Amino acid sequence: MPDKIVGNDFGPPKAGPEDGLQGRSPHKIVGNDFGQPKAGPQDGLQGRSPHIEIDGKSYPVKAGDNLLQAILSLGLDLPYFCWHPAMGSVGACRQCGVIQFKDAEDDPGRLVMACMTPVTEGMRISLQGENARNFRAGILELLMTNHPHDCPVCEEGGECHLQDMTVMTGHTFRQYRGLKRTHRNQNLGPFINHEMNRCIACYRCVRYYQDYCGGEDLQVFAAHHHVYFGRHEDGALENEFSGNLVEVCPTGVFTDKTFSRHYSRKWDLQTAPSICVHCGIGCNTSPGERYGSLRRIVNRYHGEINGYFLCDRGRFGYGFVNGPARIHQARSAEEGLLDAETTAARFAAAIRDAKGIVGIGSPRASLEANFALRELVGAERFHAGIGDTEHGCLRTLLGIVRDFPVHLSSLCEAEQADAVLVLGEDLTQTAPRLALALRQAVRQRALAIAEGLGIPRWQDAAVREAAQAEKSPLFVASPAPTRLDEVAARTCRAGPEAIARLGFAVAHRICPEAPAVAGLLPEHEALAAEIAEALAGAERPLIVSGAGCLSEDVLRAAGQIAAALAAKRQGQPTGAHFAVPECNSLGLALMGMEGDFPHPGPLPVGEGELAAAPIPFSLAAAVQAIERGEADTLVILENDLYRRADRATIDALLDRARQVIVIDHTLHQTAERAHLALPAASFAETEGTLVNSEGRAQRFFAAMQPIGDSRDAWRWLGHWPHLDDLIRALAESLPVFREITGCAPGAAFRVAGQKIPRQPHRYSGRTAMLADVRIHEPKQPEDTDSALAFSMEGAPENHPPALNPFMWAPGWNSNQSVGKFQDEAGGHLRGGDPGIRLIGDGGGTGPQWFAPPEAGAALSDALRLVPIHHIFGSDETSMHSAAVAERAPHPYLALSPEDATRLGLTEGSEVELLVDVWLPVKLLPGLAAGVAGVPAGLPGLPFLEIASRPWTPNKPGDEAP
Amino acid sequence: MILTPDEIRTIRQEAGHFPHPSAAAIEALNIAQEGHGWISDELLKEIAELLGMSPADLDSVATFYNLIYRRPVGRRVIHYCNSVSCWMLGAEDNCRHLSEKLGIGLGETTGDGEYTLLPIVCLGACDRAPVLMIGEETHFNVDPAKLDDILGDSGAP
Amino acid sequence: MDKPLTRNFKPDGSAATLAEYRAGGGYEGLKKVLAELAPPEVQQRVKDSGLRGRGGAGFPTGLKWSFVPMGEDAPKAKYLVVNGDEMEPGAFKDRLLLEGDPHQLIEGVAIGAYAIQAPIAYIFLRGEYRLAAERLRRAIAEAEEHKLLGENILGSGFSLDLRLHTSAGRYICGEETALLNSLEGKRANPRAKPPFPQVSGLFGKPTIVNNVETLCNLPHIFRNGVDWYQSLSRTGDPGTKIYGVSGRVKRPGAWELPMGTTAREIIEEHAGGMREGFRLKGYLPGGASTDFLLPEHLDIPMDFGSIGKAGSRLGTGTLILLDDKTCPVRMVLNLEQFFAQESCGWCTPCRDGLPWTVGLLEGLIEGQGRPEDLETLERLCGLLGPGNTFCALAPGAMEPLQSALKYFRADFERYLQPKKVSGGAYA
Repeated sequence: MPDKIVGNDFGPPKAGPEDGLQGRSPHKIVGNDFGQPKAGPQDGLQGRSPHIEIDGKSYPVKAGDNLLQAILSLGLDLPYFCWHPAMGSVGACRQCGVIQFKDAEDDPGRLVMACMTPVTEGMRISLQGENARNFRAGILELLMTNHPHDCPVCEEGGECHLQDMTVMTGHTFRQYRGLKRTHRNQNLGPFINHEMNRCIACYRCVRYYQDYCGGEDLQVFAAHHHVYFGRHEDGALENEFSGNLVEVCPTGVFTDKTFSRHYSRKWDLQTAPSICVHCGIGCNTSPGERYGSLRRIVNRYHGEINGYFLCDRGRFGYGFVNGPARIHQARSAEEGLLDAETTAARFAAAIRDAKGIVGIGSPRASLEANFALRELVGAERFHAGIGDTEHGCLRTLLGIVRDFPVHLSSLCEAEQADAVLVLGEDLTQTAPRLALALRQAVRQRALAIAEGLGIPRWQDAAVREAAQAEKSPLFVASPAPTRLDEVAARTCRAGPEAIARLGFAVAHRICPEAPAVAGLLPEHEALAAEIAEALAGAERPLIVSGAGCLSEDVLRAAGQIAAALAAKRQGQPTGAHFAVPECNSLGLALMGMEGDFPHPGPLPVGEGELAAAPIPFSLAAAVQAIERGEADTLVILENDLYRRADRATIDALLDRARQVIVIDHTLHQTAERAHLALPAASFAETEGTLVNSEGRAQRFFAAMQPIGDSRDAWRWLGHWPHLDDLIRALAESLPVFREITGCAPGAAFRVAGQKIPRQPHRYSGRTAMLADVRIHEPKQPEDTDSALAFSMEGAPENHPPALNPFMWAPGWNSNQSVGKFQDEAGGHLRGGDPGIRLIGDGGGTGPQWFAPPEAGAALSDALRLVPIHHIFGSDETSMHSAAVAERAPHPYLALSPEDATRLGLTEGSEVELLVDVWLPVKLLPGLAAGVAGVPAGLPGLPFLEIASRPWTPNKPGDEAP
Repeated sequence: MILTPDEIRTIRQEAGHFPHPSAAAIEALNIAQEGHGWISDELLKEIAELLGMSPADLDSVATFYNLIYRRPVGRRVIHYCNSVSCWMLGAEDNCRHLSEKLGIGLGETTGDGEYTLLPIVCLGACDRAPVLMIGEETHFNVDPAKLDDILGDSGAP
Repeated sequence: MDKPLTRNFKPDGSAATLAEYRAGGGYEGLKKVLAELAPPEVQQRVKDSGLRGRGGAGFPTGLKWSFVPMGEDAPKAKYLVVNGDEMEPGAFKDRLLLEGDPHQLIEGVAIGAYAIQAPIAYIFLRGEYRLAAERLRRAIAEAEEHKLLGENILGSGFSLDLRLHTSAGRYICGEETALLNSLEGKRANPRAKPPFPQVSGLFGKPTIVNNVETLCNLPHIFRNGVDWYQSLSRTGDPGTKIYGVSGRVKRPGAWELPMGTTAREIIEEHAGGMREGFRLKGYLPGGASTDFLLPEHLDIPMDFGSIGKAGSRLGTGTLILLDDKTCPVRMVLNLEQFFAQESCGWCTPCRDGLPWTVGLLEGLIEGQGRPEDLETLERLCGLLGPGNTFCALAPGAMEPLQSALKYFRADFERYLQPKKVSGGAYA
């Protein structure tokens, strides 16, 4: 049907790599990974850039920009509301009016909206002309006729774009004497407050929520000055990115409900540059602390990764830091709670007395912490705390990245892909921010259509009206329905094995040298052909896969397709992105891959099974080492092993070890069984480096002092005086991490001789905030591990992006101040987007083709278990946040209605998943036939080495299987 | 289902005329209102489903247009024109007379559920002002006396 | 004198049947066009005729058409849309044309659609025009029956699917791009221009939106020729115009007269002059969104150029009279209440500026006014002026206000004097 709308009236997409959403080429992006300062806006990509005259002065601007972009990119101030760099222009608020002159003679000129006016060579405009200033003040005055004066009790106060713009326009005197219109507010769920009376009707919320995120339950209702922005009825906002409304709304209509519960003004928050720890994407964040508790997370702009937006898990999942399960003090099985001194002694003794130590690392701990443990126990005794199947996936993934012609695409590059295949992953649940990026990718077609009609890409409404429902091809193959299905050209529902075989068939269709797949279903044969055609015909194809369905074959298939495309494209590496489960999954796996590792092909028969010699570094190897009595002491770093292997295995492991020492911030089943549990600092209290799924190493910093007795995990484990010493040791001993010293300037770094303050200069009450404890102002704690200071004193500006705790610029107290830190509106951070890419730039030449897996024998009455991931529920730490837990599902076992009927099961019937583990059946329309879905990582559900087991439903009364 | 099979058929038919079904939103709302008098939440959900829209998306459209009723109305809606020409020639007197006669204010419905009184913008018969519509029918050169003839004693308190 | 547009109107107000319409030469224009002219020639002839849009803006129709991509590489899907959303207070001309002679419009649509090669046309009709809708449906069915619409019209090979859309209300739908959004089943927020509908219109396709009266001119232009058409007028703007008068005159009504007839002739000869006991104080020449003119302007020809020079607009050509017993401030309040309520809520000045305007006028009338309120009103006239808002609604709303403040200032100031009978002379 959509073909009817725009049909083939337009040629193929014209946008070349140079015309990405922000008009930047992937190559510039990669070049940017290494912290080089970006070229300014003057070198437009279309060769010589046009110049415009602003209030008598000539400036170079970027061709194709609109005036507002250009003016802001030049660092000049111009108020705006409805425009957003990620969402373009619609001309609704009329706030960015400037005077445009026909020519050198023209005077007075005419008023135009900067956001709707393209820049042209020699254009003459005035920002400061009296008419322009009066007009802008007048518009602001109109907006304020209905805006309440509740700033003192408004969560937005002090970081309100409306406040900033009011001051900027000079609207200070109020003439309106009438009543203000009022609205009824709604309950929008655990994440977001709603205060409609503050609304200035800029339409940003609905444009963000619907157009950008594909949300369907936030809308504008009614007309004229009664327009109302909310849900059709009270209830939780369903979209997984609703939290960004807090930052998208220019005032206090949508605010962070979790923040309200322990609210503090922005200027009273102590913050630090940080990295989200709730999935593998590595979104940059800015956690804010007050009075020793973490109060909120906000987005920290990164031009290559998260841009302006976070997912709700990342924004609202911070509760574990202050949560009831937090370990404040060390505890020993015999002696109970220990003071700091005793703790150190007990730990030292334990290490001294150990007859061999096995260390188990963690994919949610920093490289530094893991390396510190590795140094303590020795490389051969250091093991990944990752489930063996998942570990196998990570090894395969890294092998593909190393040996195959793939370029690990950043999210920014992903947004510019013009054909995408998602193989086996439900991205909204496993790598949410990437799913949001792919929603933008499918708009490439629309942008091409608009270009064909001469409509600038930033003219948002016009682009959408012109393109209607036209989209670039996105294909989603997964066991269960996904949120991205609604923007997909085609979807395929199948088990991991069939998905892998589909992928291999696609590779064969693209490049005949890639082995064909025997005995494929006809519909998969046809689909493979369609996918192959779309990918091969695209200019910027992207392959997305991951460890989501725990299948190495699926990953190999993705690699095969990438290789096939590269072969077809003169060896040009294929854009790819592999979702990984945790914030440092890739970093830990890389540590294990040190030295050489085998071609990621299928292992010879037998070797894959735990029975045979386990892969060195794997959890199985750790279990074996203890079993064989090679060591009697276990040191477990930030890891609940009961989430990594089945209960029997872990019970045996912990029983067998004479000493079990757990270092973590949160109490879990493993920590409960420890002889000695040491309190570790959470991400908000410590520093370190994480490697995201793009292969980018990123440094995070402590926003606050460690809670209670907790310490940096690495400080428990070793004797490096400072973090820099540890980082240096890591970089020197493991070549793959050679570059990580460059992730961020070290502790010795200074700006004009000063450290960088974590507290804004308006930070208040420092002399009094602890007066109830001690009348003297305590000395501010020293930070010897970074160039940041726990203080308001220090260098006020010129912070390198990797060390910038918060965004603020004179006159810009809201998050919109980010514009002052970008090389162009919506572009890269000046000084370069932080992080160092360790892997994934081009990959090997390959390919050595994989042999596609045979179709396994169809199971008669048994089903294959597949994990079903939940953005709210599958992640360990965020589930300690009440708001996130409230959105999580209850345990269930999902069946397609057809299979359920076949098995005589109905919604809610109890089935036995494992011995004595009963789950209610949930009918999941669209779930692949022959599979049973089990929610991944949900608290209260036992670990399942899922991929390895067929499952035969067992109803009450049946005999145990 | 509140929508009748006939209504569903007509709505589907209308939707078929357009590149995508949601384009028939207003036709669909008109059709449903024709049969049910007003658009209840339940009705809204059914129509939205039929057009492949979310209830919020359809309600956004429904609440924009003043001839779509999201609250119950009487069997016959009285739309009296309050725009300039009618206003000049006595629209307000007519309105006052109507609310006294029917015992209802603007936006209210008579106890017997017969009449709802609403203002409407210019009805495009300014040469025969004041004008008002009662249900489907437009009446011209209206004054209180004429209103009494038209309404008889119906709705009288 | 020729009255092509209303020639088939019947005294009993019933619609001209197809037979009656054809008897008077109906559909001959279309026949001629299909048989003799290529689409570009049709466009050229309309350009030559000098026909200007009758919806209010007066944009040359032929020129508007000429921006539609034509030829092989042009999109196959194009649309002609009839703007029948007559809702401007004081305007009642399209209703007469729709009810009196629906086939005239249908023929006009067929000619226009052929000129831009649009296979589909929509009539966007305001929901309250029940009778017009009923008569159009019948006429469309008749026309289809007789091969004047639908597949292969009159054996020419040209096909046109004409559909009637009845609106669910809102004045803003009369704005051509808002109308397109409404036709797409969306909220009727106007669209940005550029891109113009000729490039990206209905469903993203090239689209022309013409007013009812505009299209009704086409059959006659093609049946009787350009010279004849231009001879109908008394001024540079060709053709006839349906002028109307409402307010306190003896015979309010609408008349088809030569373009350029003076307001004096319209009011005094055709409308029979003011009612006993009422004097003309001023008039809105072209509907609610045009500037007031005064009795001294009565002899200015009612055409686009002349009215423009006098500081107002021809608009719809339907005059609204202000008499000496009606308070201009209250009249303007009524107009602003209309515009404030009909704002779509998209852009700030319109959404928030009009309610403030209404509030100030109400305050004034209730005796709460302050001298500075008049300056605020003047400031709002500027703030909501042309170019400052997203579409023309608010600037239109400011036209009667700014001219009233100019011509009837004393009436505004009278309300500022405390303890005066509210409404001053008009109580």
